[in-house]
Amino acid sequence: CLPRPTLLREQHYQYLKKGLRHLSDSYECLDASRPWLCYWILHSLELLEEPIPAAVASDVCQFLARCQSPTGGFAGGPGQHAHLAPTYAAVNALCIIGTEEAYNVIDREKLLDFLWSVKQPDGSFVMHVGGEVDVRSAYCAASVASLTNILTPKLFEDTPSWILRCQNWEGGLGGVPGLEAHGGYTFCGTAALVILGKEHMLDLKALLRWVVSRQMRFEGGFQGRCNKLVDGCYSFWQAGLLPLLHRAFFKEGESQLSRQRWMFEQQALQEYILLCCQNPAGGLLDKPGKSRDFYHTCYCLSGLSIAQHFGNVDLHHELILGKEENRLAPTHPVYNICPEKVAQALQHFHQLPVPENFFFSFLFVSLRLLH
Amino acid sequence: KLFLIVIVDSLVHWADLEPVPQDDGPNPVVKIAYSEKFSDVYDYFRALLKKDERSDRAFALTAEAIELNAANYTVWHYRRVLLQALQKDLREEMRYITDIIEEQPKNYQVWHHRRMVVEWLNDPSEELEFIADILSQDAKNYHAWQHRQWVIQEYKLWDNELEFVEKLLEEDVRNNSVWNQRHFVISHTTGYSSPAILDREVQYCLNQIRKAPHNESAWNYLKGILQDRGMSSHPGLLEQVLELKETHCSPYLLAFLVDCYEDALENNNQKETLNRALEVCEYLAQEKDTIRKEYWLFLQRSLESRFGPSAASGEPLADGTEPPAGQQELS
Repeated sequence: CLPRPTLLREQHYQYLKKGLRHLSDSYECLDASRPWLCYWILHSLELLEEPIPAAVASDVCQFLARCQSPTGGFAGGPGQHAHLAPTYAAVNALCIIGTEEAYNVIDREKLLDFLWSVKQPDGSFVMHVGGEVDVRSAYCAASVASLTNILTPKLFEDTPSWILRCQNWEGGLGGVPGLEAHGGYTFCGTAALVILGKEHMLDLKALLRWVVSRQMRFEGGFQGRCNKLVDGCYSFWQAGLLPLLHRAFFKEGESQLSRQRWMFEQQALQEYILLCCQNPAGGLLDKPGKSRDFYHTCYCLSGLSIAQHFGNVDLHHELILGKEENRLAPTHPVYNICPEKVAQALQHFHQLPVPENFFFSFLFVSLRLLH
Repeated sequence: KLFLIVIVDSLVHWADLEPVPQDDGPNPVVKIAYSEKFSDVYDYFRALLKKDERSDRAFALTAEAIELNAANYTVWHYRRVLLQALQKDLREEMRYITDIIEEQPKNYQVWHHRRMVVEWLNDPSEELEFIADILSQDAKNYHAWQHRQWVIQEYKLWDNELEFVEKLLEEDVRNNSVWNQRHFVISHTTGYSSPAILDREVQYCLNQIRKAPHNESAWNYLKGILQDRGMSSHPGLLEQVLELKETHCSPYLLAFLVDCYEDALENNNQKETLNRALEVCEYLAQEKDTIRKEYWLFLQRSLESRFGPSAASGEPLADGTEPPAGQQELS
């Protein structure tokens, strides 16, 4: 009989605390993703309910300010070009910090210019100027636009119909139309549609069948694609779809939804994460035998939180495997930052007017007419 | 000796350029302990970028910067600017990007760069063979399949792709990426509307299922091609599946059965069909697919609600009264 699994809080905390300041040269490969490192670490700390010292928070704000591009959006590091992925990460990190200083880092007018500059005539977005298109970009754009209140219907015109084309014969979504259904892309497409209020356009039943089928019957964790191996990070990308679908079905008037559980085996996922995905020295990972990293630490913990907390508008039901001390803070299934931070950011930015943006939207519309 | 070469190199080739250190600010966060080489290369890269220098030494430096971090999309962008400004030989660039992708096949930037070069050359002639080689090393590389679909669609290279799919399925019938490619090719060429094609595909699936009954991909494909046309519309299929249940049972077969019954109920709500469907859901939830218990029980409740006796049918109940107008969920 196995002892009750324990979340190695203190070890994870030390690993995260150190990483927020210093990283070894093995992180050279993430030199164009430093806002991601900020987000992965800050989100992990907020899930562990470890406070961020004010000085550190301020340092993060100042660093992210240096990652902001003069033409709008955030880059992977100071002096680099703006890119939707670090933009998403930077905005999330700043919302986690949630101070006036953090919110004030974001140049909203320029951010809107950046989003227009990557918008494509067919409704999709490229990840950066001169870069590739895939469904991640729609999620990154919708996430930052909605949080900072720069979202206009025109900006996302034709985006829902493009995302819909990514749903395939398997029921999940691929990165672009035609591709194999994949957990990361399915999350991005679905969450983007939820933000845009268009999730009902998906074949929700087919999507539900696809995602529940991704939970591995022996390992308890999730695979990213059919007939591939389990990976701890899909604890969030895949399991995180169930709260989104629950809400979508609820909005459609579905009367048979459970009031206590998500439609995946919550205990089995918690077991997989706690028993197989923890590094004894701190940090979490893909599967036994793999190295720890901050990406897996973030998404394994996020998935653990999803598996522990069931909730909708009226209800909150917890299912904590092991000691009560294993409990993490709840996370928002659309943005993957804590729900209080989402509410606080929305409250702050919705007091501000949506920027007018004549130049880029005019340019975009003209180019589209010429196209 | 190497140390001296490096010193001389920078004195000779870079003497006029003042390197630009990274501006992390006074209290950096997520500070990476770059190697000396990394810092040097990027300090000079930043200097060139600042000047927008368009030179051969800049071009050469982008290769160094890429080798140190192939995910730096700013460097790739600059390299593309230089390729055009310096009118570099794109055939040579194809050779370069081929090598880089072979070394780092799971990186977004390298594949996007290759796509740009192919577009500039307007020459896809090497692509299918190259991608096949990458897939021979990792048959599920998502970027490789994405690039392959782009090439095929853009340059209309459909002719031999079904053959390629069949070959890969012979090598590994559980490769879901290949099943997806099968669907991609057929839906963009013959389509699934013709009964001849649909029947061929259904038979192909069933044959693969007989050989490997627990291959989820084959079952998903079978459902995928039939769902919009009606699972029960294919005559004899339900019977074939019920036969397979005896010797080749799997959770996937049982799930497929539920889907057949659901489809039948949508066209003709029969109590017996509903009971069978509910029974299979129960069997899956409690015994054969317990990891998905919550889902199967939801589906069971949903079917009961939509098709069961208490569902709003518009017909009078046994005592002659009308059933209450339901807030029933949408099908």
